[in-house]
Amino acid sequence: MTTTTPPPTGLQPARSARGDTAFRAASFLCGFTVLAILGLIAVSMTQKALPALQAEGLGFLTSARWAPNEGRFGALAFIYGTMVISAIALVFAVPVSIGIALFLTEVAPRRLRKVVSYVIDLLAAVPSVVYGLWGVLVLSAVIVDAYDAVGRVLAPVPLVGRLFEGPANGRSLFTAGLILALMITPIITAITREIFDTVPQGQKEAAVALGATRWEMIRGAVFPHSRSGMVGAVMLGLGRAMGETIAAALVIGSSPRISAQLFGPGDALPSVIAFQFGEASGTYRSALIALGVILFAMTIIVNMAARVIVNRGQEARAA
Amino acid sequence: MSDTQTTLLNTPNTAPEVRNPAELPADAGEPVFEVSDLDFFYGSFRALRDVNLGIGRRRVTALIGPSGCGKSTFLRCLNRMNDLIPGTRVDGRIAYHGQDLYGQGVDPIEVRRQIGMVFQKPNPFPKSIYDNVAFGPKVNGLKPKSMDDLVEESLRRAALWDEVKDKLKQSAFSLSGGQQQRLCIARAIAVRPDVILMDEPCSALDPIATIRIEELMVELKQDYTIVIVTHNMQQAARVSDVTAFFTAEVDDAGHRTGVLVEADATSALFTSPKDQRTDDYITGRFG
Repeated sequence: MTTTTPPPTGLQPARSARGDTAFRAASFLCGFTVLAILGLIAVSMTQKALPALQAEGLGFLTSARWAPNEGRFGALAFIYGTMVISAIALVFAVPVSIGIALFLTEVAPRRLRKVVSYVIDLLAAVPSVVYGLWGVLVLSAVIVDAYDAVGRVLAPVPLVGRLFEGPANGRSLFTAGLILALMITPIITAITREIFDTVPQGQKEAAVALGATRWEMIRGAVFPHSRSGMVGAVMLGLGRAMGETIAAALVIGSSPRISAQLFGPGDALPSVIAFQFGEASGTYRSALIALGVILFAMTIIVNMAARVIVNRGQEARAA
Repeated sequence: MSDTQTTLLNTPNTAPEVRNPAELPADAGEPVFEVSDLDFFYGSFRALRDVNLGIGRRRVTALIGPSGCGKSTFLRCLNRMNDLIPGTRVDGRIAYHGQDLYGQGVDPIEVRRQIGMVFQKPNPFPKSIYDNVAFGPKVNGLKPKSMDDLVEESLRRAALWDEVKDKLKQSAFSLSGGQQQRLCIARAIAVRPDVILMDEPCSALDPIATIRIEELMVELKQDYTIVIVTHNMQQAARVSDVTAFFTAEVDDAGHRTGVLVEADATSALFTSPKDQRTDDYITGRFG
């Protein structure tokens, strides 16, 4: 029996060249589709919003007068309302979320940590309108007394007092902000907890070995490492808060006005769209779509700002 | 520097009675630590048994031994870093300048300020070089006349100043591994500790960076008491005055418990070990 050894074959041509090309094309297509959809949404919305924008001109952005019966459409009150309730939501949600995340990662005993983390992740997955509904049914009814009490104490204070004076109303900017805070707290908590978990043990030990207390360790090792991630988490929460519709709409009071009184009613972009779209037609309908365009733009600006902040943080660390 | 070291307590605590007084190896000098009958437990598992060792002032003491022999665990007992691990417990006594390190009323934060630590992997904070060094003094409420001077002095002592003086505001991550480790040493020095513990400080570094750190250790022992854990026997022989050899005893269930075999002046331990296990280890027959 003779065996012949096969001749040396040399380098083979790439086996997977065709598969590679196909994969690249497919993934490119997917990526491109996202951009295309985004672009098409922007184009078609702007197109439908044009009649209102043309009728009002720049006034659409600078006027707060929203009177569909008279054909006047100014969005400023809604932009203002959206910004105010988002700010209130962040003021309450961010410290609480960071506190919970720190408790879970740095303080809680391990067994408790597992259970609570699991619950938080579950809560983050619950559609936020569920919390909103609780806020509408329970919170807005009972909170007026608290508003009255706070108003009595703070209203005489110069400057800040303006925010809390006037007749308190359960359906107000402040209630809407609180409900949004409730809705976005689980998601911000879940994300910041994940971020805190990625802080290298070595950096935490380094801080402790220098004689740092737990809080100093958190400030020296945990926060610097997590800063950009935390900003990302907050911005994601903010994006959600700005777009949340129904729950906020039910408690915001639906009053198109610009007022410093946080305990008074206001209105926000998504609530207006949700409540008025069904009855609108013609220029009115176009104006509501234009509100959507503004919301779209605001969300994109927030996300881009977040991206810039995150990138700057990374550059500073990688420099 | 260490002359100014403060006591850990307002009222002195009395040490518990011990069976065996700490053995201070020859040439160890005045004791900083006296460890007697030390046992260490992770939960119910005993990781260290009956360690008796004295550690002398302004000496480099090297802890050597095979993996899993408890030498790092022992090192972390000396500045109470193990307190951070839930379920751990220390039995026996560690006296630090005569005070019970684990005694009632001793603040572990204060312990760690006086007994600094350098870790296996360089672990600078994600901050600037300057802020890395200034962090310790800041959290410890040290108010130097000039923080700039303190940072410069610490970096000089860590033999890093010339390499970083023009980029103090840059991220610590821009440095090489060896530079990062020297930065970590500067960071530890900046709080003006009495003792510096080093847990395999060169194991992540290349040979040239290793030599720089070793030279630095020899310089630093003019002012500091240094305890170093190392896998590298040549390193122990090069830098240390006293060497302690640990090994692991394996019981029937396969649990490994660390024990101290012997401690002696480094030259004596490497040339004429008293224990057969030490001899086997340093001649390469084991481990």
